Amino acid sequence: MSESSVRPSGQTSGAPFETSSGRLRPGGRAWTRSTARAFQGAVGKMPWLTKICFLWLILVILAAALADLIPGLADPNYQGFVFGDGKTNEGPTASHWLGTDNVSRDILARLIYGARVSLIFAFSLVAAGIIIGGTLGSIAGYFRGPLETFLMALVDTWLSFPALIGLVFVTTMLGMRNLLVLVLVGSIFVWPSYTRIARATALSVSGQDFVTAARAIGTSRRQILVREIFPNVLPAMLAYSLVGLPVLIILESTLSFLGLGVEIPTASWGGMINQARQDLLINIWPAVWPAAMLFMTVYSFNNLADWVRKQAAARSAAI
Amino acid sequence: MAISQEPVDTSTPSESMEGSEILRVEDLHTSFFLPIGELQAVRGVSFTLKRGQSLGIVGESGSGKTVLARSIMGLTLAKHVEISGKAFFNGRDLLTLSRREMRSLWGTEIAMIFQDPMTSLNPMVKIGRQVIEHLRQHKNVDRREAKQIALDLLNEVRIPEAESRIDRLPHELSGGMRQRVSIASALACEPSLLFADEPTTALDVTVQHQILNLLSREQRQRNMTMVLVTHDLGVIAGRTDETLVMYAGKVVEQAPTAEIFDNTQHPYTEALMRSIPRTSQPSHTPLAAITGRPPVATHLPKGCAFSPRCPYVQPRCHEEDPSLVSIGTSEHKAACWYPVGSDANREAFERNLSDRLPQTLAVAEALDADQGSETSADVPDGELT
Repeated sequence: MSESSVRPSGQTSGAPFETSSGRLRPGGRAWTRSTARAFQGAVGKMPWLTKICFLWLILVILAAALADLIPGLADPNYQGFVFGDGKTNEGPTASHWLGTDNVSRDILARLIYGARVSLIFAFSLVAAGIIIGGTLGSIAGYFRGPLETFLMALVDTWLSFPALIGLVFVTTMLGMRNLLVLVLVGSIFVWPSYTRIARATALSVSGQDFVTAARAIGTSRRQILVREIFPNVLPAMLAYSLVGLPVLIILESTLSFLGLGVEIPTASWGGMINQARQDLLINIWPAVWPAAMLFMTVYSFNNLADWVRKQAAARSAAI
Repeated sequence: MAISQEPVDTSTPSESMEGSEILRVEDLHTSFFLPIGELQAVRGVSFTLKRGQSLGIVGESGSGKTVLARSIMGLTLAKHVEISGKAFFNGRDLLTLSRREMRSLWGTEIAMIFQDPMTSLNPMVKIGRQVIEHLRQHKNVDRREAKQIALDLLNEVRIPEAESRIDRLPHELSGGMRQRVSIASALACEPSLLFADEPTTALDVTVQHQILNLLSREQRQRNMTMVLVTHDLGVIAGRTDETLVMYAGKVVEQAPTAEIFDNTQHPYTEALMRSIPRTSQPSHTPLAAITGRPPVATHLPKGCAFSPRCPYVQPRCHEEDPSLVSIGTSEHKAACWYPVGSDANREAFERNLSDRLPQTLAVAEALDADQGSETSADVPDGELT
């Protein structure tokens, strides 16, 4: 953050309790503890369906993050029938819990590694949206002037351009479609909506007394942006990203289904459905499982987002 | 309070001693240019403040008192605003300073406390950190020192258990506590001039009293100059040295605070005093409201701005705007053709009474009720129950 810029020059910045983030000083531990307690309390208050959704998301995220460490999980790209130790379109067995697909790859392993692609794509784009959009929007909303006019005109133009077609176009032109490229190209298309929300929030925050109070105490405009505006824009960004996440997961699946997502053989849910399409009449399961994963994950995100929104509304009404 | 004709004192702040002039405002005008026309929020205000003095600025909503304070501080940053006049702070005209120069004064020399502690603290930042950051911005102290100073400050403004409260977010504190935090934050860098813009309006009455006492104590202890902006005459009574009554962007009366209560000159000040409910009155006494409404600042009446509501109004008032002149002592000034207590005022009242002017009748009625309240229990009941 900006504290480094106001640090007196003579001071060393290596002391363990004075990290530049300012969060880890002694008082910070109490903050972590109270957050953990608040978190427990929040989960306890959820309706049962939201609880299930929440647990499901934790399960998916953990599985995707720790896929390499799960004991006994098959290699998602290992085609057993090539080496004579596996069958294609197999039903559930002890070694392949959800069976195998039409090239005898383990479906469970592919689901888990596919979750990794979906989640990395979605979370990275949300992060890019918050960082790029949040910064540009806060600047536009706080500094106003011709910069704001220009940025917002750009946002409006950008938003009227269909992101899916843009993504398809750019990835096709580039000719390479690994996850990094998809994320980089995708972030070109997510920032405008985040910018718009950040600007609207920054506009209302800028009018608040605490911003004037910060000015009256001699804070520079740049520091006000970092300390006063951005922390207050962030909650709005986070609320929006919870709604944006499922959309991005679907976008990634759509791309993969069209064969325009990550390159095969990398596992992804959309790609799995696409591959199963060819043998749908022989074995429907390789398509059902990723579709179910997609449905449950997207539904869980939406349900959770809805709950968080209600909580936020209740809290702001209480304050 | 007369404006001195001496050349501008250019001595540095540290050289100025007790009683020396710290702020001199000369003919300050602030106008907003709105689509509906020019809004004259402040129309030619002048006053002088000595170091360690306190000034109360009183007026209704929309009388220009907040705009005046913010204009002097350089905080009116709305678009289409025009400020003219002079505001010398330690000899430097604040209105000519660049934003960078102003920023070096803000916080360390001039600070401000805002009306609503709900909105004047950043809801996302712990209160301790808000004070600490203000400190570190201006003082060459490390985080630990700053935290200690912040703790001392929070203790000084009487926040109980400051050690545990320092890590709280503003919404976890009550309104009074929050206002204490913003006071601590404003005092952090020891400003020599403090603007308190209705610091107690958003608080309940018992807390108001505590906060005002706290401010007065800090002001005396630190020998700080304070400008207390309020709509409540009760707030400044006994707390400020000097009082300025504003109406429609102009100073209508200016005097030492005790003098203004004892020897009210302007009909508007008188009306304000009369509208303070007194405990001696029987319960359910109707509030003596000032009839009419404050003028719309885009369409000010010709002549005296208070004339449409004034019980002593005479034809002259509709034509000529009285200027602020000394009445009696040189320290007491009022802008009125028929100042309260003068023979001309009494004659005007009688004349208006016989003309059955509504605002005059209302005042006469209130006076009668006041006098008769001890004997007859003339209480309009039934409506409230």
